[in-house]
Amino acid sequence: MVNALIRLAEVSNQESISFEPFVFWICGGLAVIGAIGMLISHKAVHSALWVALTMMNLAVLYVVQSAPFLGVTQVVVYTGAVMMLFLFVLMIVGVDASDSLVETIKGQRRIGILAGVILVSALVLLLGNSFSIQSAQLSDADSIYGGNVQGIAALLFGKYVLIFELTSALLITAALGAMILAHKERTSPRKTQANMAKELFASGNYQGPLPSPGVYARHNSVDTPALLPDGSVSEISIPGPIVARGVTKKINQSDLNEVQIISEGLGLVSSEEDDKQ
Amino acid sequence: MNPNAYLVLSGIIFSIGALGVLLRRNAIVAFMSVELMLNAANLAFVTGARVWGKLDGQAAAFFVMVVAAAEVVIGLAIIITIFRTRNSASVDEASLLRW
Repeated sequence: MVNALIRLAEVSNQESISFEPFVFWICGGLAVIGAIGMLISHKAVHSALWVALTMMNLAVLYVVQSAPFLGVTQVVVYTGAVMMLFLFVLMIVGVDASDSLVETIKGQRRIGILAGVILVSALVLLLGNSFSIQSAQLSDADSIYGGNVQGIAALLFGKYVLIFELTSALLITAALGAMILAHKERTSPRKTQANMAKELFASGNYQGPLPSPGVYARHNSVDTPALLPDGSVSEISIPGPIVARGVTKKINQSDLNEVQIISEGLGLVSSEEDDKQ
Repeated sequence: MNPNAYLVLSGIIFSIGALGVLLRRNAIVAFMSVELMLNAANLAFVTGARVWGKLDGQAAAFFVMVVAAAEVVIGLAIIITIFRTRNSASVDEASLLRW
């Protein structure tokens, strides 16, 4: 696999073969689409998946630019570790961790978009012709040490060995910091089952089993709220995550009519005709 | 292939990341945008390494990846700590230390 990537990088380095523009336009376009998708999707999980798409495409662009080692590292470190860590944290924080659309600072969105447009035009104008060299050969630098990975290793353990050691200190500090931040000191004694049962009944809330979704309704899927005999919706019949995701089904008039018929037949609700008699 | 195209692409992705930091309220999404900006910087490093024909740029991109990994660990731990005390991942909620 790695050898194939290195071979691809070598092939793309040769001037005669010019499939690089195709790879650039496809992968670059997908990377920009992923970045825009991250920006505009409302749910944080969708944003994470869009960013993963962008990072995968950037990895391909690294390989095409004769950096096969960085391409593999990008896939392993970014899409494999970092984005999955993001997804784990999103699972802890919950599915309802979507953005609020209320502006707390007035006009922040408009000013932000304006600043973004200025930044992108400035960067494009600045970077558009920064290199006058049309194309260079990295294969010479690779061949000194016998390959891309060997060349980077020679730099890491030779010229930049001090920085490399410092990053190891940084990683250890980061791991310790994360452990300290994620650690929760227990300030109250652990609750026993008896304590929890007492607490539950002391709260005075309804303690029986919750009504199942879809009772008296047309469907029995979990996203259909149960209807009470008078036709009102039972809020506690829907699981919390489904309410948080906002996918609860609406009640239509035919459901209400059925509920009325059933309620009258069972004598639960006295109908208007009964009142007259 | 003109290496400036890669630089322009990295500039566009960097700007979208900066826009994400400015516009999104969810702390996790804002953090993802920071990662996107780091990735754009990496693309510029790799392009530079290729243009100059030296591997130093690729080594720099490698160090950026290492620092980004460390930064993600700490940042997500901070977000979880804030979520635990405030029950929200919105950047607007964590305004207690503002001034």
